Amino acid sequence: MFNFRTSLGQAEFENPIFTASGCAGSGKELAQFFDLTELGAVVTKSIMLKARSGRATPRMAETPSGMLNSIGLQGPGIDLFLEKDISWLRDQGARIVVSIAGESVEDYAVLARKLRAVQGISALEVNISCPNVENRGQVFACQPATARAAIEAVRRNIGGELPIIAKLTPDVTSIVEIAEEVVAAGADALALINTVLGMVIDTNTMRPKLAGKTGGLSGPAIRPVAVRAIYQVHEALPNVKILGMGGVASGRDAFELILAGASAVSVGTATFGNPTAVIKIKEELQTQLIAHGFDSLREAVGYAHRKDGNQ
Amino acid sequence: MAEIVSNKKVGAYHHIVFAVGELAKFAKPGNFVAIAVGGESSSMVLRRAFAIYRAFDRGTNGGLLEIVVAPHGAGSTWLTNQSVGFKVDLIAPLGTAFGIPTEPIRALLVGGGYGSAPLFGLSEVLKNRGCRVDMVLGASTAMKIYAPLDGKRSVSSLTITTEDGTTGITGKVTDVLPGIIETNQIDIIYSCGPMGMLEAINQIATDLGVVHQCAVEESMACGIGVCMTCVLPIRGEDGEIRMLRSCIDGPVVDGSSVIWNSKRQIPEGTWGAN
Repeated sequence: MFNFRTSLGQAEFENPIFTASGCAGSGKELAQFFDLTELGAVVTKSIMLKARSGRATPRMAETPSGMLNSIGLQGPGIDLFLEKDISWLRDQGARIVVSIAGESVEDYAVLARKLRAVQGISALEVNISCPNVENRGQVFACQPATARAAIEAVRRNIGGELPIIAKLTPDVTSIVEIAEEVVAAGADALALINTVLGMVIDTNTMRPKLAGKTGGLSGPAIRPVAVRAIYQVHEALPNVKILGMGGVASGRDAFELILAGASAVSVGTATFGNPTAVIKIKEELQTQLIAHGFDSLREAVGYAHRKDGNQ
Repeated sequence: MAEIVSNKKVGAYHHIVFAVGELAKFAKPGNFVAIAVGGESSSMVLRRAFAIYRAFDRGTNGGLLEIVVAPHGAGSTWLTNQSVGFKVDLIAPLGTAFGIPTEPIRALLVGGGYGSAPLFGLSEVLKNRGCRVDMVLGASTAMKIYAPLDGKRSVSSLTITTEDGTTGITGKVTDVLPGIIETNQIDIIYSCGPMGMLEAINQIATDLGVVHQCAVEESMACGIGVCMTCVLPIRGEDGEIRMLRSCIDGPVVDGSSVIWNSKRQIPEGTWGAN
């Protein structure tokens, strides 16, 4: 009997395929296409303290094997989110990973306090790397000190057993350095990678296509960046679990991230092209793992790092 | 998967018919389809959205959906190049539909370019409700007017405008609207076309006190409400402006609720604007 179970920090999941934050709406939209309990977990959009309109349009530009987005964390704010979205997801019986984002270290602290007593949450994804903010200095995960401060604020305020998954950007010189910093600050696991900062210029209007000028690049175009980041971090921190993401569109792609060191895999942009992509990827991944002779997912995590003399 | 059963060039456009089985019976005028383009290993990761031109419910095997495609990008060009018998990955029907009045009122349908497509199905529904239906279609040039013969039969009057004067009246649809609204005592305008045109129509509708429903066009990634890219600012009944998704809260919206001319900026006072 194949064992598909996985864990991130202390949280256990039936299978390793999750949605990616910001790519599953409130969950209701995808529930029209499949049962959310089929997923390892639903990762919510990154929620902020207050309601947020997000950035102006155009917010999207398709690129070769990918897309740029500059949504800018549009959302209802934590209070309305807890009242409506979380209670609905809980009623569905879905495993929930809540993603949070703040504009200041204090925001992260307040968000953690608001989530501390909420029932039915499996883990917290702390998004410290959203590229769609006005000021690059606000991307906490770009500097070891700010990355540490945001994660410490969550750690101090969350209490209990709720695992913290720190979401990092590959847009740094050394992602390993940032990873070590957030783990030292109390992160139990890491989410790798956020979108990669990019830009498209419309050659007809001859100015940036997106109203926000820059956007986050996602889709298969960034998969090698994700594989590299996961591989490097898993090598440096083999005991820290990784939620991998970045351009996964098939079971083969998910398998690749797992071989690099991911214990679970989020699917984002692929859902935009195919609402049932997560289910397809989950089934294909299991087939891939069994075909390669694995009895469990856990055996395959980081398998590309093995040193068995046959390299 | 939906098989292409017909693909014909009509002027500057392609009229494509898909066999969709029983999906067709759920399609209403204003709804759209989202089609994956480029084949299995395509580098185009997002679906393309097209307004449904007509839908025929003929039971489980015979349901048909028709769209009109302008091949102006790589994805739409790929679609227009596919042959009869090819199967595409199609999700439908999506989005809101045009609201249909319960009374036999006087409706004016206004379309820009291939934006005329969903108006013909709408016109048939309205006519079956006993409404008088007038139609105005405009484009830059004659080749870009989409007005099939059987579509024309479903309306009481059809006025065509082209900016270069190659057919119909020289000018824009908005040049002829005030006269038609007054002469035919129009109660409601339904429109579909580029955002600039919809905004201009909305101004006329507001000035003359006519209800205006429009199908908006925003670039979309998913078509099912998860990506948050196709938003536009809309004032709700509570007076609050929110960035709503044109794929599930639209594409058909009340023209008077839209905060127009808000490309590249978030209107002041929008909920959650900072």
